[in-house]
Amino acid sequence: MARNTISSRVNPSDAEAALRSLFLRGLDGDAKAYRDFLQRLSAHLRAFLGKRLFGWPDEVEDLVQECLLAMHNQRHTYQSDQPLTAWVHAIARYKMIDLLRAKSVREDLHDPLDDDLAVFTESAEEASDAKRDLGGLLETLPERQRLPIVHVKIEGLSVAETASLTGMSESAVKVGIHRGLKALAARCGSNWGSAA
Amino acid sequence: MKTDDLVAMLANGEVAAPRRRAGRRIGLAVLLGLPLSFAILFAGYGVRYDIVQAMFWPMFWVKVLFPLCIAAAGFVAVERLARPGVAPRRAWVGAALPVLGVWVLAVVAWFTLPMEARMPSLMGQSWRICALSIGLMALPVFAATLVALKGMAPTRPALAGAAAGALAGGVGAAIYALHCMELTAPFLAVWYVSGIAVPVLAGAALGPRLLRW
Repeated sequence: MARNTISSRVNPSDAEAALRSLFLRGLDGDAKAYRDFLQRLSAHLRAFLGKRLFGWPDEVEDLVQECLLAMHNQRHTYQSDQPLTAWVHAIARYKMIDLLRAKSVREDLHDPLDDDLAVFTESAEEASDAKRDLGGLLETLPERQRLPIVHVKIEGLSVAETASLTGMSESAVKVGIHRGLKALAARCGSNWGSAA
Repeated sequence: MKTDDLVAMLANGEVAAPRRRAGRRIGLAVLLGLPLSFAILFAGYGVRYDIVQAMFWPMFWVKVLFPLCIAAAGFVAVERLARPGVAPRRAWVGAALPVLGVWVLAVVAWFTLPMEARMPSLMGQSWRICALSIGLMALPVFAATLVALKGMAPTRPALAGAAAGALAGGVGAAIYALHCMELTAPFLAVWYVSGIAVPVLAGAALGPRLLRW
């Protein structure tokens, strides 16, 4: 099957500076910068995880998505005086260990993981298809979480519009998005066993 | 869903995240747990009757301050372990040094005491209930800290749980010290340290189960 053949070397410290500035602008509310950040981050994650999960090429895109979701949900834990590389690497490693553990290959853990902090050294733009369908997982969320995500995060309606459309309060819409994305991340994790 | 669609979805709508609030969660957890720990002290135990007089004895302060040092080190470690990519560095030294200090005091006391006074100084009057009481008083802070950690992203859950246990155990032991009548170093070295070790071990065991994200 088609793999990520296009993988380019990048200077990690340039990538760190560029990604960090986009991320910080995103945290301050700049959605465009945040989108650029996630886009470039996904390419780095794809290259980083692809290299380490050579045994399971089919899982790479799923894990990229899971990492993106986790980093979005946990973005409040980033400290602005901390290297972004360290934060990203710690989360990617944590999610990768989760996957490997689900596949119960503990004895192989050390080898692919020790090459640390090299998250931003490569970038792979070309995504292969994810095996797990996040859209399908979204369908399994309760309405009070699913509807706010569909209207605000996918269709691009405002929180106020979504509130009047669904009859929920604005704060319930915001809480629904927040909890829904967390629930989605949790379902990703518990999904590994069954997907394997 | 394709990854590009996921990226579009995540970046849609409000993306701002308050960065300051995260640091306060652990502190808030301690503040919420403390009154409950004190409530257990007042309701179930009571402060020792001679507390004012006891405040003039150095050993009383050793008993209160050595667990507080462990709690402070635990707090720093929890704060760090709650964030991906932030190493706890030498926070554990802050927990190990007070224990080491009390052990040194205990060994000195043990060998300077006459033979027949040694075992009483180790067992005191209350060894049976000491460690358990400390664990009980640690419980509110322990639970509150774990809930706060759940809202963060610990990538080393066993270590994060253990640090939460050190924080809670230190607080619990310092509060229990206001009730406890024992004033000998060997007693502290064994029973207080055991009392603090209970939540630490519980945290290390519970962390990987409760703190997954």
